[in-house]
Amino acid sequence: MISSILILGGGQAGAQAIDTLRRQGYEGRIVLVGDEPHLPYQRPPLSKKYLAGELDADRLPFKHRTYYEEHRVELELGIAATRIDRASRTVTLADGRTLSYDRLLLALGAGSRTLSTPGSDLPGVHYLRAIADVGPIRAGLTSGARVVVIGGGYIGLETAATARHLGCAVTVIEMADRLMARVVASSVSEYFAHEHRTQGVKVICNSRVVRIEREPGADAHAMRGLRVVCADGSTYEADVLVVGVGAVPNSALAAEAGLECENGIRVDRYCRTSDECIFAAGDCTHHPSVHFETQLRLESVDNAFEQSKSAALNMLGRATVHDRIPWFWSDQYDNKLLIVGLSQGFDQQVLRGDPATRSFSVCYLKGRELIAVEAVNHSSDYMAARRMIAERACPVIEKLADPHVPLKETV
Amino acid sequence: MPKVVFIEPTGVRREVDAPVGFSLMEVARQHGIAGIVAQCGGACACATCHVYVAPEWYDRLEPKEEMEEGMLELAFEPRARSRLSCQIHIRPDLEGLEVTVPAHQRIEPQ
Repeated sequence: MISSILILGGGQAGAQAIDTLRRQGYEGRIVLVGDEPHLPYQRPPLSKKYLAGELDADRLPFKHRTYYEEHRVELELGIAATRIDRASRTVTLADGRTLSYDRLLLALGAGSRTLSTPGSDLPGVHYLRAIADVGPIRAGLTSGARVVVIGGGYIGLETAATARHLGCAVTVIEMADRLMARVVASSVSEYFAHEHRTQGVKVICNSRVVRIEREPGADAHAMRGLRVVCADGSTYEADVLVVGVGAVPNSALAAEAGLECENGIRVDRYCRTSDECIFAAGDCTHHPSVHFETQLRLESVDNAFEQSKSAALNMLGRATVHDRIPWFWSDQYDNKLLIVGLSQGFDQQVLRGDPATRSFSVCYLKGRELIAVEAVNHSSDYMAARRMIAERACPVIEKLADPHVPLKETV
Repeated sequence: MPKVVFIEPTGVRREVDAPVGFSLMEVARQHGIAGIVAQCGGACACATCHVYVAPEWYDRLEPKEEMEEGMLELAFEPRARSRLSCQIHIRPDLEGLEVTVPAHQRIEPQ
């Protein structure tokens, strides 16, 4: 009989587990421990509308406090878990208290990957991951402020778009030869580089940051006035410096408890760790993809949501395989990038439509099977792809390449 | 504050407070309306906050944009008065707005 479930982590995965457990009729104790002082909240707006000041803080939480009271969820917020004792099935908190569990869910998320270049510890070097990170960044995003973003991935580019929207002079420095190189086709990278440049952002690829220093003449204690020095000797002055160079899974607590970890907490298709009483979900996990027959670590809302749902069901003894096709989105200016599937190992790329029309997509085939689609301002291709990839559809190439044929009719 | 009505998939009718400026999806999520999944949180990226708007209310809403049209086309059992609730913003004159939540929000075949 499961009568006590403990959740570590107050993000998307932690919040979703509570919803699923109560909807499934679980009546036992639920305790959620989160190291941030906030009710579980949505992270995606942090680099978009919340950073822009267009969304109030009270609209970030998934649920208000009354929900947790009504659903008898004990919230331990603003305190970190410091140790898992698997033998006694207890978790120790930073203030020394211990909480016991029948089932434990690790929904610990990921943290920002940090730069190790000299000067990256200077005050004014910002990362964007949590509510607390936003205030200091936003304070500097005044009209005309010089903003330098290191990293041309989702977070960096969304931050750049928001800063530009607020009237800042923005420079993006990317180490790879194109933007979002790890996650999209080169035609999509080119499209977004063009969009950012059209908006007035200076986009610099193939550039490695070697040093961050104080701008000469800047006040030693000031948060402003930094200078970024690249390998080719070029320099960029910044009033605001934001680093978005990826994420690392928060797996230390699990590793210290002896749970199998390798690029995240290892879980099976039931979201179970190497301890049968401990489950994990979301960005912190390294998990099997049933559909793609590979191991994945994903930084995604959908994965956190669905894995957590499966984990909750499995904690209650209702065997549920986590089997999802990953999907992602990004908002930059008035562009919406929608991605579904995994393109790794593809044999062929097919462009649908003309990027100049600001609406197109890139389809990936492995053998004849559709495995991924990147859709720019093209929601119907994206929606069709979600079904077709799940069904292992094999589209006809000639139809696929014709944007006048709806994607769903290319099979 | 306006009140809006959700008919949950099981037929339960729930009348709840809807703050002006919030999206209908946010209202549903805060009140734990059954059947509204709303994964993407209002980015028009997941089609899991799909609702059927009552006939008398449909034409009083802001029209759909192209992105929403495309999302709805392949949402779960779309109908003539389907909307994504994240794209409906609460105004004072939407007092009494009534929507029905579909049986599912799933996109992929099971």
